[in-house]
Amino acid sequence: MKPAPFELQTVHSVEDVLTLLADAEREVKVLAGGQSLVPLMNFRLARPAVLVDLNRLPELQYIHERDGGLAIGAMTRQSALEHSELVARLAPLLAESLPFVAHTPIRNRGTLGGSLAHADPAAELCTVALALDATLVARSGRGERVIGVDEFFVGPFTTSLQADELLTEIRLPMFSPGAGWAFEEVARRRGDFAMVGVAAVLQLDREGSIALARLAYTSMGPRPLRAPHGERALVGQVPTAEMFVRAAELAMADLEPGDDFHATRAYRLQVGQALTTRALQRALERAQSTARRTGHQAT
Amino acid sequence: MTVASTPPSSPRLHVITLTVNGTPLTAAVEPRRSLLDCLRDDLHLHGTHVGCEHGVCGCCNVILDGEVVRACLIFAAQVDGSTITTVEGLETPEGLSPLQAAFCEHHGLQCGFCTPGMLITLTDLLANNPRPTEQEVIDAVSGNLCRCTGYQQILEAAHSAIARSQG
Repeated sequence: MKPAPFELQTVHSVEDVLTLLADAEREVKVLAGGQSLVPLMNFRLARPAVLVDLNRLPELQYIHERDGGLAIGAMTRQSALEHSELVARLAPLLAESLPFVAHTPIRNRGTLGGSLAHADPAAELCTVALALDATLVARSGRGERVIGVDEFFVGPFTTSLQADELLTEIRLPMFSPGAGWAFEEVARRRGDFAMVGVAAVLQLDREGSIALARLAYTSMGPRPLRAPHGERALVGQVPTAEMFVRAAELAMADLEPGDDFHATRAYRLQVGQALTTRALQRALERAQSTARRTGHQAT
Repeated sequence: MTVASTPPSSPRLHVITLTVNGTPLTAAVEPRRSLLDCLRDDLHLHGTHVGCEHGVCGCCNVILDGEVVRACLIFAAQVDGSTITTVEGLETPEGLSPLQAAFCEHHGLQCGFCTPGMLITLTDLLANNPRPTEQEVIDAVSGNLCRCTGYQQILEAAHSAIARSQG
C-alpha cells in the first residue's frame, strides 16, 4: 500500500529539526533510515503530518572513541557500524549482533538511533544497548538530556523520549579487560526478527570470579529486558557449566514472553534458557582469553 | 447533504533529478512517492518490481550511490541528486552482464518476478566481494524471496559467474 499524504522537510542542522519538533499543533515525526517507519506508513499504521528527513545531516553520522568507549551519532548506518574497526575493537558485542539485523539492504539505510528510538521489542540493537549499559543523549529546544538505557525503553515501540526531543548520540562505556560477550539468536529464517535473542556480558576479576554479569533479551517481553535473578546468581562466583545452567533457569523467571504467530511462550522460554547457557559459555571463553592476553588475571 | 471531510490540500511537488543507469532524469514527485514508484511510474523503468512494499521481499532492490537498498522504503524526494543503478543498467555494451548470462544458462529464473532484485543483490555482492564463499552468497540472497523457490539454480548461476570471473 501507499502511505497517506504528508509534508517532507529536508533540514540542514539539528537546530532546524528541534524547531520543527517543537510544533505541538501537528504530528511531526523524524525520518531516520526509514526501514521501520516507512513500512508502518505504507500499512497506514503511522500517518504523520510532517516528516523531517535526517538523512542529510552528516553531523549525526559518526563513530568516535571517547573515554575508552564509543560515542555514536544517532544517524550512523548499521552497515557503517558493521564494518567499523572501532566498533569491532571497542564494542565487539554490537559488532557480533549486527549481522542478525535483517539484511544488507536494510542495514545500508537503517541507523542505530532509529532502531533504538523505534524500540521494537524484537529488535537486536535495543537488547545490545541494554547489555552494554548504553547512555543516550536527547536534544530539544529545552536543552540536552542524558538518559540511562534502563530508563529509555518504556514498552512496545515506546521510549521515554518526549515529542519535542531528538535522539542525537549513543554512548557505549568502555569494555574492561577481563570482559567477555556473546550474542545468540534463534529466528525462523536468516534476517527475520528474533523469536528469542540474548546478549550476555561477563566480567571477571583478577581471581577469575565473575565481577559483573549482564543478561539482556530480545522478544522476551514488551521491551528489551534484563534478567536480574539470573545475573545475581553469577556475580561473585567462580564460573562453572552447572552454574550457567542454573543462572539460565533463574533468568527465565525474570522474563515475560508472550504467545504469538511466531512462537509460543513455552517455546521461547525453552529456547531462551538454552541460548542463555550457550551465550554465557561463549562470553566466559572470551573473558578468559582477553584476560590472558592483557595479563588481567593473576593466575 | 453536506460533505463532512475536508478536501485534501494539493501536496507540494518536489522536483528531483536522479542519474539512473548513467542518464540524468527529472521528475516532479509528491513527498509520499517511493523511489520505487518514481522509477516505474514517473521514469518508466519497469524492470524494478513492486513486491511487498514493506522491505521484506527484495524485489525492488536497486543500487543507490553505490549501496544496495530497498526502493520501496525510500521516498524519491529524499534522494534528489543521487545516482541509481536498476536492473536495466546491468547490461554491458557487449550484451548481458556475466551474471545475467549465468542466470540464463543455469535457469536462474522461473516466473522472473524476483529476478531484478536477485541480480541487483548479487551484482552488489560481487562488486564488494568478488570471491564470496558459498555461505556469503546464501546470506546475500537470503534477503530476496523467490516464491518459485528456485534458489538452487540462482546459487548455481551466481557460482558459475564467480568461477568464470576468476578465469
